[in-house]
Amino acid sequence: MTGGAEPLIALAGVGKSYGSGEAEVQALADISLAIRAGEFVAIMGPSGSGKSTAMNILGCLDVPSRGSYRYAGVEVGDLDRDQRALLRRNCLGFVFQGYNLLPRTTALENVELPLVYRGVPRAERRRLAFEALARVGLEGRVDHDPSELSGGQQQRVAIARAIVGQPDVILADEPTGNLDSARSHEIMQLMSTLNRDAGITVLMVTHEPDMAAYAGRLVHFLDGRIAADGSGAPHAG
Amino acid sequence: MLVEVLRLAAQVILRNPMRSFLTVLGIVIGVAAVIAMLTVGKGSTQQVKSDVAKLGNNLLILRPGQGGGPGATAGSAPSLSARDVAAITEQVPSVEIAAPLSSSSMTVVYGNQNHHTTITGTDNRYLQAADWQIAEGRDFYDGELRAGSAVCIIGATVRSQLFGAADPIGATIRFKQVACKVIGLLAAKGASSFGSDQDELVLMPLKAFQRRIAGNQNISTIFISIRDGASTDTAKADIERLMRERRHIGPGEDDDFSVFDLKQIASMLTGISTVLTGLLSAVAAVSLLVGGIGIMNIMLVSVTERTREIGIRLAIGATEGQVLVQFLVEAVVLSLAGGLIGIVVGLALGLTGARVLHVPISPDPLVVLMAFGFSAAVGVVFGYFPARRAARLDPIEALRHQ
Repeated sequence: MTGGAEPLIALAGVGKSYGSGEAEVQALADISLAIRAGEFVAIMGPSGSGKSTAMNILGCLDVPSRGSYRYAGVEVGDLDRDQRALLRRNCLGFVFQGYNLLPRTTALENVELPLVYRGVPRAERRRLAFEALARVGLEGRVDHDPSELSGGQQQRVAIARAIVGQPDVILADEPTGNLDSARSHEIMQLMSTLNRDAGITVLMVTHEPDMAAYAGRLVHFLDGRIAADGSGAPHAG
Repeated sequence: MLVEVLRLAAQVILRNPMRSFLTVLGIVIGVAAVIAMLTVGKGSTQQVKSDVAKLGNNLLILRPGQGGGPGATAGSAPSLSARDVAAITEQVPSVEIAAPLSSSSMTVVYGNQNHHTTITGTDNRYLQAADWQIAEGRDFYDGELRAGSAVCIIGATVRSQLFGAADPIGATIRFKQVACKVIGLLAAKGASSFGSDQDELVLMPLKAFQRRIAGNQNISTIFISIRDGASTDTAKADIERLMRERRHIGPGEDDDFSVFDLKQIASMLTGISTVLTGLLSAVAAVSLLVGGIGIMNIMLVSVTERTREIGIRLAIGATEGQVLVQFLVEAVVLSLAGGLIGIVVGLALGLTGARVLHVPISPDPLVVLMAFGFSAAVGVVFGYFPARRAARLDPIEALRHQ
């Protein structure tokens, strides 16, 4: 769906402000960023540097105050709330630091959830959710509640939920922030595999250089601007 | 999709059954109250109506004294006499039958059974005017009436109390030193619109009653039926004029007797019963409103508690409409469940009440259907605001919640 010429994600002069008048706070100032399909991009930067705001805009959860965000050639700023929900549903997958699984709901049902909103029939949904859980190595845990799973396992369920709809992009907001080093590396290897084998574009916010090292490209945010944008360390895998 | 949403709603509701039950309790009480009211109310209205129909001919009741409705006492006004009966029959052309009645309440004994009831002295004209059918045995012979023989015809309640299932005809019952042979059994009429049991009576020849029980020649009531096609109001006015004349009441003086139109009283009772049912139902409906507010309250709490869940759903691609429908369905399922429980409880209460009050049992499918629809509407109306609040949440804020 993306031509060779146009990047999958294109931010041009994007700014975001909160409040108005004297109280106006500028979270993002004039960001321009182009990401091609299949890239693995790590976004780093201190707290308040604007990286979370940028992720919200990239994830179509928020819209820019100024500038243009084109996703696959579509101007996201022109879409209404429901159209952005449809874009998220069909093209994006989210992985959060706190996993954000539904409590008292089995791993399988959590993974099925995006497909429920797509109107996929139940049997088909089960099959796809089971496949996605198998891809993250949790085929033996499908009937477990999040409370019965370890942090690493919960994050795998979250990744399965993000990929079950075969998205173009995974947006991961500090996916390893709550995990120990060994679990973190397992999660990052999983993300790399998805990026490399399934061709899913990965955008990941992280504080840890170890994790950023899995990415092919490193974008540094500082004071609402991009301070550095370049290739990261070679793939660990 | 709707199946999914219903399943999810059921899941959420059953996850916290105690809270869900308390949430719908208001609806349960409201619906149960309305259904019970309408079931009993409709039953009693129906009974009054069927009583009015059962009265058949247009009936008037003449009693000495001024007083309200049935049961008013004669007071000091002079009694009626057999001559009054004759005068009414002869001089008011629209009168078909005028029957004298004189009654007293006392204990009737048969074997080792005794039963308190009303003994009425009258003749066959009363059976005809009041449309009493003889179920077993016979009515009075003329000879018995003339002679004041100790024979009686008993009502169905007296029969069951004294004789059970046994055959009463030919048996001798006793009251106030009178031994009286049972010659007939009246067909049951059931409870009257005034709440009394009409089958609670023993009839005997008027002469026998006057001589053996009352000890005087008085008549306490004249029961009058009007010819078909004749105006009850005209007949009533004619009888009043005749009685004023016979009792020497001058112009401007108050009547010392009363003429009641049974049909009028009965239809007034129908009106009262309908109005009462309406009023009570309106009060009950208010509790439905309160129940709805209870649901709204808990749904708002639920939306706040589940803010993060809503955020997740929005982030992974639920549209506003889908979240709205989810919470709306939850509210409607809750209120419908409450409505169903209320219908069951209300019908049970209504049927029990109808049995206790001796009114016919008549659950109205339309009322049940309306209660069902109304509780669904309560769910939609009071669920909408919380559901809209959920649907309009900002996914970023919602995900950050807690």
